[in-house]
Amino acid sequence: MSSEKSVQATQLTRKFGDFIAVDQISFDIPKGEIFGLLGPNGAGKTTTIRMLCGILTPSSGAASILGFDVSKQTEEVKQRIGYMSQKFSLYNDLSVSENLNFYANLYGIPREKVKSRIAELIEIAGLQGHEKQLTRNLSGAWRQRLALACAIVHEPPMIFLDEPTAGVDPVSRREFWEMIYTMAGRGVSVLATTHYMDEAEFCNVIGMMYRSRLIALNDPDSLKDEMRGVLFEVDCHEPGRAEKILRDLPTVQDVVAHGVILRVLMTDKTKKVFLEKVLTENEIVIDRIERVLPTLEDVFVSLVDQENRLHVRAEID
Amino acid sequence: MAISVEALLLTKQYSSQPKGSRPALDAVDLHVEAGQLYGLVGPDGAGKTTLLRILSTVMNPTSGSARLMGYDVNKQAEQIRSRLGYMPQAFSLYPDLSVMENLRFFADINGVSHGKQKSRIDELLEFARLTDFTSRRSENLSGGMRKKLALACALVHEPEILLLDEPTTGVDPVSRRELWQLLAKVIQQGVTVLVSTPYMDEAERCNMVSIIYQGRILTTGAPVDLERQMPFRIVEVKAKPRGTLRQVVDKIDGGYGWRAVGDRLRLSVVDPAGVQARIKANLETAGAQISILREARILMEDVFIYLVEQQEKQA
Repeated sequence: MSSEKSVQATQLTRKFGDFIAVDQISFDIPKGEIFGLLGPNGAGKTTTIRMLCGILTPSSGAASILGFDVSKQTEEVKQRIGYMSQKFSLYNDLSVSENLNFYANLYGIPREKVKSRIAELIEIAGLQGHEKQLTRNLSGAWRQRLALACAIVHEPPMIFLDEPTAGVDPVSRREFWEMIYTMAGRGVSVLATTHYMDEAEFCNVIGMMYRSRLIALNDPDSLKDEMRGVLFEVDCHEPGRAEKILRDLPTVQDVVAHGVILRVLMTDKTKKVFLEKVLTENEIVIDRIERVLPTLEDVFVSLVDQENRLHVRAEID
Repeated sequence: MAISVEALLLTKQYSSQPKGSRPALDAVDLHVEAGQLYGLVGPDGAGKTTLLRILSTVMNPTSGSARLMGYDVNKQAEQIRSRLGYMPQAFSLYPDLSVMENLRFFADINGVSHGKQKSRIDELLEFARLTDFTSRRSENLSGGMRKKLALACALVHEPEILLLDEPTTGVDPVSRRELWQLLAKVIQQGVTVLVSTPYMDEAERCNMVSIIYQGRILTTGAPVDLERQMPFRIVEVKAKPRGTLRQVVDKIDGGYGWRAVGDRLRLSVVDPAGVQARIKANLETAGAQISILREARILMEDVFIYLVEQQEKQA
């Protein structure tokens, strides 16, 4: 049912000359869901958003927002979306309410409604008491909320957030996502990009992009479940020597030094005692060995690894 | 253990700050032992950059004192600089110079003799896996590679201490992991590393961590110890419909509140077994379908949120 889908992308592709920036990606976002698009810089996330917002025409494939075709019905699309970019386009020399007022006029909110809508947005964003403050003097977290309020001034049913919480502290970040969740609860759909993996945990569904393609699409828990192997965290003395010893074991798929901690990915049947035995035999003092669940970063890195092995390319970057 | 970095009551009030406002750095004490990977964790504006600028002798404190390897930052800057590598957040690579030219430049200004330069630069290129890119201009490198080059430049004179200001901010997960892997190698060579980061999860990769917020250090310890010292434990729950889940959890008083992480809720509670039983009973009565209900590991983010809330209660 296309009416229940806020976003529907089918084989969406964008080329710039010979370069394929987005390569046949397909996904849906059901109404009221939060979709996270993850991937490194240059993976094609921003190009994807631009096509979905009707700013950039797809080279092939199709996409619709709430049933409106992004390449043919750009006006309808633009009226129904809110877009908060990485570098929020707020006016630093305007106050909080002046910025909101500006965006309300820009989106053509009827004059008689502007005042009540702004009051409502100030409430949603928790900006009460800051109405007169100059945007320049707001902290990162406040600016971010104001930018979100500006992006939703026309009550769009679909919101795009491009790396919305970069550099914001965890307490404010939690509050920001609470706002997003409240909106999703009212039926607003959200597409957020981030390369910040713990932020991805907030999304209902995640699409991982790498080199212009969608290399995984699922909910966070399933992505973790699908990752092969068992992961251990090893905190021990002489981590450099331990890394070499563990790497040589046939049941070890990968060892990654996370600073002073080793993350050891084993084939399925390994037990903790086995690792303890090997390290002790080599006279390595163990502080802690713990079985841990993979993070989305583990999942992403392992998928990218597989991808790189499949497509060995001459040029690395 | 030798102390590599020692700061006492370090305070910085910028002249641009309004009089009477909270200093950017407020009586900070810091003790970093030789050979440690020490994390300075806190959000933007917490004072991390200010602290690292003072320790790297590029800025004087308003009051308090700091010593690196026994040398005073105010009086013995020269001795410190020759033994210190500093990678600022907006790193000072020359965009129009190639990888090799940047490394040579930093080797020259740090007084690495020409006899030694070639072998040291080859070693660093290998270390940062930049050997195939020596003639590429740094402006044409990807973000992750640029960070690796900046790290190599900071290490060119074989410093005893390395100060890194948010090396992983804005870096994709693959490069982020690679950078931490490089830091592990640096530590294994006996260098002391003090690294700042806004990412709470990165704290868990350090031997020792200080959490810094609004110019003050809220706590210091090994990550595992900080997590153990919390007066609560974490219960994680996921159930459908989400609205019912929230209503049920809202009525459970576990002691320290809850937060949503995706469609899962994390409760900070004193009695995890009791809370789980109550949640289970209440969700079942409400007809919700439980897919996850378990005790979960305390994360550094839980520690941070708890400490900040305690701080705000006191204020």
